[in-house]
Amino acid sequence: MLDAAVAFGRLLRRAGLAAGPDRVAGFVRALEELDVARRDDVYWAGRVTLCSRWEDLEIYDRAFRAFWEDVSRQALKPPKTRISVSMADDSVQPPKKTVERNERGEEAVRLRYSPVDVLRTKDFALYTAEEFAELHKLLADLKLSGALRKSRRLEPAPRGRHDPRRTLRDAMRTGGEPMRHRFRRARSRPRRVVLLCDISGSMSAYSRALLRFMHAGVISGAPLEAFVLGTRLTLVTRELGTKNPDRALVEASGAVRDWSGGTRLGDTIKEFVDRWGQRGMARGSVVVILSDGWDRGDVDVLAEQMLRLSRLAHKVIWVNPLKAAPRYQPLARGMAAALPHVDEFLSGHNFESLEELARAVAEAAGRES
Amino acid sequence: MSEAVDGRRGALPPGVSHSLELGERLREEGYLVGEGLATAIFLALKLGRPLFLEGEAGVGKTEVAKVLSRLLDTPLIRLQCYEGIDVHQAVYEWDYARQLLHIRTAEALGTMEDREHFEDELYTRQFLVSRPLLQALEHGGANPPVLLIDEVDRADDEFEAFLLEILSDFAITIPEVGTVRAERPPVAVLTSNRTREVHDALKRRCLYFYIDHPDLEREVEIVRLRVPGAEENLARQVARAVQALRSIDLYKPPGVAETLDWTEALVALGVKELDEQLIEATLGSVVKYREDQQRALGATQQLLTGTGGA
Repeated sequence: MLDAAVAFGRLLRRAGLAAGPDRVAGFVRALEELDVARRDDVYWAGRVTLCSRWEDLEIYDRAFRAFWEDVSRQALKPPKTRISVSMADDSVQPPKKTVERNERGEEAVRLRYSPVDVLRTKDFALYTAEEFAELHKLLADLKLSGALRKSRRLEPAPRGRHDPRRTLRDAMRTGGEPMRHRFRRARSRPRRVVLLCDISGSMSAYSRALLRFMHAGVISGAPLEAFVLGTRLTLVTRELGTKNPDRALVEASGAVRDWSGGTRLGDTIKEFVDRWGQRGMARGSVVVILSDGWDRGDVDVLAEQMLRLSRLAHKVIWVNPLKAAPRYQPLARGMAAALPHVDEFLSGHNFESLEELARAVAEAAGRES
Repeated sequence: MSEAVDGRRGALPPGVSHSLELGERLREEGYLVGEGLATAIFLALKLGRPLFLEGEAGVGKTEVAKVLSRLLDTPLIRLQCYEGIDVHQAVYEWDYARQLLHIRTAEALGTMEDREHFEDELYTRQFLVSRPLLQALEHGGANPPVLLIDEVDRADDEFEAFLLEILSDFAITIPEVGTVRAERPPVAVLTSNRTREVHDALKRRCLYFYIDHPDLEREVEIVRLRVPGAEENLARQVARAVQALRSIDLYKPPGVAETLDWTEALVALGVKELDEQLIEATLGSVVKYREDQQRALGATQQLLTGTGGA
């Protein structure tokens, strides 16, 4: 049984579920208390000990069927569609050398790095692999932190509301005589930032850079949640949370299923509002949607969902890399439908515009909410 | 670890040795569970691990703690989490007013000569106000209490880290007093509405269960069990209508709590049979957003026949 449990754990990890050794140990302990001859007992024992979030359940169910019921293992293979943005290749490879012949026919080796200031304004779509590696360093310094809001947690302050607890505690030291009054006031905390990055085919020139941007935000430790939007919505905060960006993005790509089918923006944003936003994740948060606004679904759905989102969030920012084109008009139907419900509309096509985004995220919305 | 675990064994009610038996006992207490939840609760009691419950609002997460306290015949201690909750509200606080009074009395009686000793006296157990977590650890009854940590996702992550500590050792150290350790660790139930992802480390201590909306048959059973005044036919009609409501894409789909509210309202009106007018008149007890009400009113026929447009 132990061997089987360990093997099952390994299978789950391969299928993308974080079932570490301690969880497997928990599974084994649970089995000891149940009837291992009953299929349901084994199933539930594993489900309560090896899963830790809703997203895990589907993976678990598939793996369980394959492992314990000997259904063809084929069903388990991670779906073939994966995000093609992975950083592994760019940081590992040495800078590519381009060999050119100069006029005397000698080989001239030129490194194709661009100086930082050039890089800052260069369109991500034109980046070389080496420049992506450079970008990573730039992003590390970019602080992505939501606009401040008053927290309900109080902190000591020189002025503010009277703090009887502290005043009395001090009074203990002076024989019960309150010599000094103490005060406290609400602490300011950054609002949560929610990033929703469209990774459908039409965004492929930019999603690689934007995913790096999300990664930099997640590891900075600010309150932030990251999702990718394909044909459906996937929470990737955890996957992006590792310090090793190469691995993080590979993991994220493993976690995202069926993204190549095109976007139904309205549906995925609805899924976000239904499953996460309305429960609280979007309430009072700064929500950033990174997408070109190509919606293959019903545009009315998108408009309605954006309205809902704008009511929940403190501020909604839409980032569309196409906006940078000189004669850009929001003609994509989705984009046109969404714009009335967006507080700020930015471009996000190069590093400078991401800096602008970071500023917009840190600024409180103009309206009161 | 093993000491704590041993202490926790036997939290199961007497005579229960399998999850199915536990499910049966829970039903007798008025809470209907599927096999999954029965197994999760069984393991939580047997292994002494906290139970982490997630699910839509109104599926009965909090109810689990309540029914456990009835079943185990032990008090329910509830800690409602909110943003900014801290140790003073969750664990303990010094009762400064009483301390002050004590000083004044001592002054008046002139019994304060030994100043240092006097100060030590001020920081003893009698001046400590215990909040839910300390209460749960200090509980000395025959059975360990049920500790409900409700909506843990609303607390901030500093507090989460603190909870993690308590749920691993079932002990709290108060600097002036010492360590308080639970004789028998409480039966801990944590709930989350998933407004944010609760940290993995905390979840790892727990058994995880996601409570879904019940299917039609179970919902009928729940209604029958909880609203005894409702006849089979009405219970079925209501459950069918609610199931249909869940399938028509509302902002806030009704939970079991709403099903029960609705049935109670109908029973109070003396209704035996649901019809369109009644749905229109009483919809407010199931569907609470204006947009949702409009959408539901456009589908009353569908609610009656239960043909959810999935």
